[in-house]
Amino acid sequence: MRYLIGFCLLLSMAAWAANPQPPSGGSVEGRTWKPLADDDLHDPGNPALGELQQPGEAMAAFPKDFPTIGNQVDWVRALEQGVIVPRTNIFPDTHIEVLDLDIIMDKTSQMPMVRFPHKAHTQWLDCSNCHDWLFKKKAGANPVNMFAILAGEYCGRCHGAVAFPLTECRRCHSQARRTFTGEYGAQKGPGKPFKPVMQQEVIGINE
Amino acid sequence: MNNVLGIYMKIKALLVRVGITGLLAVTANTVIMPAAQAEYADVVLNRYAEKNGMRPVIYPHWFHRIRFRCKVCHSELGFEMRVGANDITMGKIIDGQYCGMCHNGEIAWSTEHCDRCHSGKPGLKTRIYGGHGTSGPGIW
Repeated sequence: MRYLIGFCLLLSMAAWAANPQPPSGGSVEGRTWKPLADDDLHDPGNPALGELQQPGEAMAAFPKDFPTIGNQVDWVRALEQGVIVPRTNIFPDTHIEVLDLDIIMDKTSQMPMVRFPHKAHTQWLDCSNCHDWLFKKKAGANPVNMFAILAGEYCGRCHGAVAFPLTECRRCHSQARRTFTGEYGAQKGPGKPFKPVMQQEVIGINE
Repeated sequence: MNNVLGIYMKIKALLVRVGITGLLAVTANTVIMPAAQAEYADVVLNRYAEKNGMRPVIYPHWFHRIRFRCKVCHSELGFEMRVGANDITMGKIIDGQYCGMCHNGEIAWSTEHCDRCHSGKPGLKTRIYGGHGTSGPGIW
């Protein structure tokens, strides 16, 4: 059943992806965050509600994402620019590793190829969060596809749940195929810098 | 001939099922989900809370990721990256597992502040919330 729903979503995603469009649509202005008491989750009668931080108070000054996307925050830039300094570990002897390695995934049909940046991911996540139980440590060895992602596997473990949603096709499908001259898979040298999400260009179908 | 007809009927039935499921998925995405006002990736935990007379727990990812990277909870502390995959009880928390790794009065507030976590409306289902475009895989 999960996969059936995933398949249906995949069809609608394909239709979505076929239309070149701004990455997220919507105006830049108008980012608002619901007060906790009005979010349909929190009990307004809870005496401790006033002790909790409000999302708007916390996130309004962070680097921006579009009003329709997630928390409306460009979390990767927030971290890179030092706007937030979240702790990397609780235990003093935990090994912290950040890997700067891009992977080009070429089996994307007509869509632009996927450039996966390890750096942005390992700044947040530990290697073991993805390897090897979810992804093998070898480019091309993982049968990643949108079908499984929409069903919540592979990238879909986080993207669509806590990381930017799966409607943002071009944030992953960001590498034009025609102008790419290198080898697919693991890239040599440091990863390609990404612009803030609201300035990233859209790569069209078959480009 | 009967076989051909049988196969045809099966394919037709499958297509109808796919169509209905697709319609439901689209309806869920365009009609039901945008009504959700929760902050993206808010998690409700209600496997045990209401059965024990407490409000459901709301876990805000946004609040925690400002202060901790994903790897702290999902690697060091051992939270599975799937709603419902972590069998979290107050007993374990008080023993220092799960939320209790930090919510012990040293790194974060201690468990005596029940209402800060047990802050949800009655009847909320355990799942991941958030009014984003796809509704997210976390819904099923």
